[in-house]
Amino acid sequence: MKSILLDTDRLWSMLLRTAAAMTIFWTALIFLFVFREALPLLFSPEGTSLLSDVWRPVSPVAEQFGLLPLISGTFLVTVIATLASIPVSILTATYIAFIANTRESQVLKAIIELLASIPSVVIGFIGLMVLVPFVKNVLGLHSGLNALTGGLILGLMAAPTIVTLSEDALKAVPREFREASMALGISEITTIQKVLIPAASRGILAASLLGLGRIMGETMAVLMVTGNAPVVTLSPLEPVRTITATIAAEMGEVIFGGNHYRSLFVLGALLLSFTFAINLAAQSIIGGRFSGHRS
Amino acid sequence: MVTALKSQPLVASRGLSGKRAFRGDLLLVFLMRFSTYSLVAVVLLIVLDILIKGVPHVNLEFLTSLPQKAGAKGGILPAIMGTTLLVSVAIAAAQPLSLATAVYLSEYAGENRLSRLIRIALLTLSSVPSIVFGLFGLALFVIQLGFGASIISGGLTLALMILPTMTVAAEEAVKTVPHSLREASRSLGATKARTIWSVVLPRALPGIFTGTLLAIGRAAGETAPILLTAAAFFVPTLPESPFDEVMALPYHLYVLSTQHPDAAAIAPMQYATASVLLLLVFAFSAIAFVIRNKIRR
Repeated sequence: MKSILLDTDRLWSMLLRTAAAMTIFWTALIFLFVFREALPLLFSPEGTSLLSDVWRPVSPVAEQFGLLPLISGTFLVTVIATLASIPVSILTATYIAFIANTRESQVLKAIIELLASIPSVVIGFIGLMVLVPFVKNVLGLHSGLNALTGGLILGLMAAPTIVTLSEDALKAVPREFREASMALGISEITTIQKVLIPAASRGILAASLLGLGRIMGETMAVLMVTGNAPVVTLSPLEPVRTITATIAAEMGEVIFGGNHYRSLFVLGALLLSFTFAINLAAQSIIGGRFSGHRS
Repeated sequence: MVTALKSQPLVASRGLSGKRAFRGDLLLVFLMRFSTYSLVAVVLLIVLDILIKGVPHVNLEFLTSLPQKAGAKGGILPAIMGTTLLVSVAIAAAQPLSLATAVYLSEYAGENRLSRLIRIALLTLSSVPSIVFGLFGLALFVIQLGFGASIISGGLTLALMILPTMTVAAEEAVKTVPHSLREASRSLGATKARTIWSVVLPRALPGIFTGTLLAIGRAAGETAPILLTAAAFFVPTLPESPFDEVMALPYHLYVLSTQHPDAAAIAPMQYATASVLLLLVFAFSAIAFVIRNKIRR
C-alpha cells in the first residue's frame, strides 16, 4: 500500500519534470527552425546578394536580397525611438518613484500599464489616423509615412517597459542612501540626481536595453506607419522599411522553400540574434534580477 | 510588488514651494512632471479617441453579422469567432504546460541545473519578437507538420508566445501559498502530489487565473504571429474545423486600415473594430487587475 503511494508520487514528479523540460525544448526548437530555414540561402549562389544594398526579392531579371536597406531602416527607426523614449521614460520613472504621492503614483502606474496592454495594431492604427497627418502637415512633407513617425510610435510603445523597470530599480535603492545624503544637508532633488539615480543606474540601463529589444522586435505598428521603402538612408523624413515589417509584409507572397522565403528567415534569424544579444546584455547587467518581475 | 514600501513622498510639497528650493531643482521637478503627464495624456487621448469615434458604431448587428464588400459593410462576427478560437487553442495548450512547469519549479526543483536552464529558457522565450514566433509557427506547424494556415497552427504559435507570462504568474501564485499549509497536509499523511493537488493549487487558483487572463488579453491583441500562421484576409463564412483559416480581430483592423482600396471612407468600421478589440483586451486586464488587488489585500 505504502509503496504504491510512493510510486504515484514519483510518477507525478517525473511527469512534472518532463513537462517543465518542454519549455527548454520549445525554446531551442524556435532557434533551430528559424536558422534551419535560413541557412540554405547563405550557401546558394544567390547568397552573395545578401551583402548588397538592393532589396528586390521579386524580379524577372535578377533577384537581390541585400539586407543593408532593411538593417539601416531598423537601425534608424530604433535610434529615433530610443532618443524619444529613454529621457521621457526615466524622468517619468523618477517622478513616480520619488515625487508623486502614493495615490497619484498608483493612478499613473495603472495608466502606463494600460498603454502596455494596447495591441500594437491599435497603436499603429491610431498612428496612421493621427500622427501621420500631423507629421505631414507640421513638417510640410508629401507623406507622413516615414522613419520619424515610426520612431515616435515605437518610442511610445517602449515607454511602459522602460518606466516600469526603471521605477523598480529606483525603488530598490536602499533607504539608507537617501537618508545619509539628506542628513548631510543635501537637498532632496540633488539627492535624487546625485545619489539615487546613479545608484540605480545599472537597473535603468538594463530597463533601457529591454525597451530597445521591444522596439527592434515590434512589427505591426512600424509596418503601418514607416512607409515601407527598402532604401538605405539616414534621413528621418524618408520612408524606410524595417526587418520586422519586411517579414510581415512579404511572407504572404512567397513560394515555400524558395529563395525569397529563405531570405525572410535570414531576416528572422538576424532579428532573433539581435534581440537575444540585447536581452543577454540586460540580464548580465542586473544579474537576472528581473527574472520574475514582468508584471 | 513593492507598493507597500512607500510611506511618504520624498519631496514634500512644502519643500518645493518653500524658499529653500533652488531654481534648478524646480526646473527638474517641472520636467519630470511634464514628461509624466504628457505620456499619460497621450495614452488617454489614444484610448478616448478610439472609443469616442468607435463605440457609437458598435451595435448588435455589427457584432453578429458577416462582413460584406471586403469589410466596408456588415459586421465582424467571423473575426470575433476567429480570435475566440485562436485564443482558446492557445490557452488550452499553454495552461497545462505552464502550470506543470510552475509547480515543478516551486515545489520540486529547488535550485538545480534543470531549473536554472528552464528559467533561462523562459527569459529567452519572453524576449523573442512576435514576428519570429510567426516564422517558427509557419516553418513547423504550417509547413512541416502540414497543419496549413489554420486555427490550430495559429493557436499553438500564440501558446508559445504566452507561455513565459503564464508560467511566471503561476509560479508566483504557487509560491505565495503559506508553507504551514503544506506541512499540515503532509503531517496528516497526504502525499506530496496529493498536497499540491488538494491544498496548494486551490489556494493559488486566483493568482494562476490572473496570469491566464493577462495572457488572453495579450494573445487576443497579437497580429504578427497569426499573420503568418492562421489569419485570412477575408473569409465571409464561419470556420468549421480546426484546420480552417480564420479572420481575427487585430488582423481585420490591419486589413481595414491599410489594405482596403477605400481605406479613408470606412473610418467608422475601422474605429468600431478598434473599439471592440480594445474593450476586449481591457476587459480581461481589468478583471485580472481586480483579482490581483484582492489577493494582495
